[in-house]
Amino acid sequence: MNKLVLGLLLGAVLGAFDGLTALFSGGPEVKAQIAGVVIGSTMKGLLVGIIAGWYATRVQSVAKGVMVGLIVAAIFAAAIAAIPQPDGTHYWLEIIIPGSIVGIIVGYATQKYGAVRRRA
Amino acid sequence: MNALTDAAVARLRDAAMWPELPADRYVDLRRIASGGMGTVYAARDTLLDRDVAIKVSNTALPMSGETRGHLDRRLADESKILASLEHPGIVPVHDAGTLTDGRTFYVMKLVNGHTLAEGVAHVPELSARLSIFDRIVETVSFAHAAGVVHRDIKPSNIMIGSFGEVLVLDWGVARIMPSGADATDIDQGFRLGTPGFSAPELQDGGAATAGPAADVFSLGTVLHGLVADAPRPKKLDAIINRCRSANPADRYPSADVLRDDLIRYHAGQSVSAYRDTVFDKAAAWLGRHKVLLSLIAAYLLMRVAFLLYQRTN
Repeated sequence: MNKLVLGLLLGAVLGAFDGLTALFSGGPEVKAQIAGVVIGSTMKGLLVGIIAGWYATRVQSVAKGVMVGLIVAAIFAAAIAAIPQPDGTHYWLEIIIPGSIVGIIVGYATQKYGAVRRRA
Repeated sequence: MNALTDAAVARLRDAAMWPELPADRYVDLRRIASGGMGTVYAARDTLLDRDVAIKVSNTALPMSGETRGHLDRRLADESKILASLEHPGIVPVHDAGTLTDGRTFYVMKLVNGHTLAEGVAHVPELSARLSIFDRIVETVSFAHAAGVVHRDIKPSNIMIGSFGEVLVLDWGVARIMPSGADATDIDQGFRLGTPGFSAPELQDGGAATAGPAADVFSLGTVLHGLVADAPRPKKLDAIINRCRSANPADRYPSADVLRDDLIRYHAGQSVSAYRDTVFDKAAAWLGRHKVLLSLIAAYLLMRVAFLLYQRTN
């Protein structure tokens, strides 16, 4: 499996899982919107995975890969967290911190695992 | 009349054996080591302006003509074998010849450093010791690939140079492996090597049939000595035990195969000398992916922490 596909799959799976955890940690209003939360979180993870995977095919550095995963995931998570809840509150930490850790995981995994596709 | 003291006899013997090398080239001769086959001198090569080591056969001592011929032939063979093995772990030969008294000699690089035992005395880490051993195995593996068996690998024949280079020395009883059915050997019937380090087949006089597996036995004994005072993982013990099997067929067939197992051992993978249990496999897998698993665990812990925080508020 090449790094781009690995990043895409891992990002999507971890993103979906991250979204599903809202069932336990979110309030009643979040549970009512769980489908949207999971889809949004999956898309976020998928995009982070594609970017981290693409970066891993260009740069072989675990530290840099982790930083890219962290920054990209934090930006996407912040963008989602900026959308206010119906009561006007924001889940800043609840979304940004786990989302960033997912970014670190994807950044690390795409650097350590997966093959670099080379041109013949 | 007073009898000669042992020291006086030794001095007389040294004087009698002192090699008459071309004085216009090799000067400042001093004896640095002596073995059963030859004596090694340090000298200055004035032509190339460098220090060298010169090994001279011990055939100036009283001995039968047959033994004299055997030793001279051995030393000549050693110089040819060394010259054929160009490797960073093997000292290069610069010159070879015959002295005016008929003794054979060859000139090689002078290695400054310590023997293996001295060199690792201040290296307590298992990984650092194994790294040194890897380089020994790599050198012997190179020799095996070139068809040469050392037959006397032991700590005193391994040197760690001043820049950390690891050298396998004293190829005096080394042998080029015969091709096909030609298994004649000038050492057949002799006890070769060093008790405690040499393979049983060499100690039993079976020099002609001793192949690379004999070196593997000695390598296992060297490895055992290197890691004797450290707690050893089971896989490493299994590698040592396979090397030191009494039956050559039970050992690694060559240093190259041993090297492959050591590479797998360093990578935390299964080794051929040890059958992994389910727990071993799980531990190895966890070890290989510990960073990723730690990150996932950190993520899950953080999620649980958030959940508990929300429940209590």
